Amino acid sequence: MLELNTAPPADESLLPRLRSGEAAAYEALVRRETPRLLAVARRMLRNEEDARDAVQDAFVNAFRALDAFEGGCRVSTWLHRITVNAALMKLRTRRRKPEESIEGLLPTFLEDGHHAHHPREWRDDIETELARKEDRDFVRACIDELPESYRTVLLLRDIEDLDTAETAELLGVSENVVKVRLHRARQALRTLLEPRFRKGRA
Amino acid sequence: MRDLTCREFVGFLDDYLGGVLDDSELAVFNSHLAACPSCVAYLKTYAASIGAARGALLRQDDLPEDVPEGLLRAILTARPKG
Repeated sequence: MLELNTAPPADESLLPRLRSGEAAAYEALVRRETPRLLAVARRMLRNEEDARDAVQDAFVNAFRALDAFEGGCRVSTWLHRITVNAALMKLRTRRRKPEESIEGLLPTFLEDGHHAHHPREWRDDIETELARKEDRDFVRACIDELPESYRTVLLLRDIEDLDTAETAELLGVSENVVKVRLHRARQALRTLLEPRFRKGRA
Repeated sequence: MRDLTCREFVGFLDDYLGGVLDDSELAVFNSHLAACPSCVAYLKTYAASIGAARGALLRQDDLPEDVPEGLLRAILTARPKG
């Protein structure tokens, strides 16, 4: 119910018009898709100027590749992937700071393999709480606390709904690395969210 | 078949939620779950974390209404001309 998948109008009529260079078709496509793609770039880049640049880069790349688009997926899905890739390129060009370790956010276990700290149950009303902007901002801030390589995998897999193989290809790492990073990112996010969402918190 | 430790159980979570455990792995996983309240809580809150991330980042009302006209025009300038 929170999803953004509003069904775009059928592409069948739009594609031939785009390929023939019809101005109105481009206008319709850009107006239809830009809000959603800008939202994708904003959540990945957290910087308005970079996000706009990424969306513009994505469209330029898409226009160039339009003839090669085989229609194996919807145009909106295709543009989404191109935008994710453009945002990743932006992330790579940013000055890199040394990445912090994620180890401190992972659960710890005793020598016999039991949890060292018993995980607490969370309240049942978290979905309701997320109706409040303050709580969404808290969750976003927790995601932003993850080391960048983990945050990126969490965003691509759990938010942008890319599969393991697509994520691995875009990031230039193995599928196993994607799986390990995703699992660690989720565990670390769980650790960061727990103080706010656990039962019995005043 | 030997029991899982909590550490091993947590290592299986991603595959469990992804629905890719085979029948024998699933049996071992569920048998640990039935006996370990800590891991029940961990499983629920691990899944809730994914839900919270999606709930916080994917909201219809967060779709930008403030798409700058300048951006749209800049994109359209790059369109191939027939």
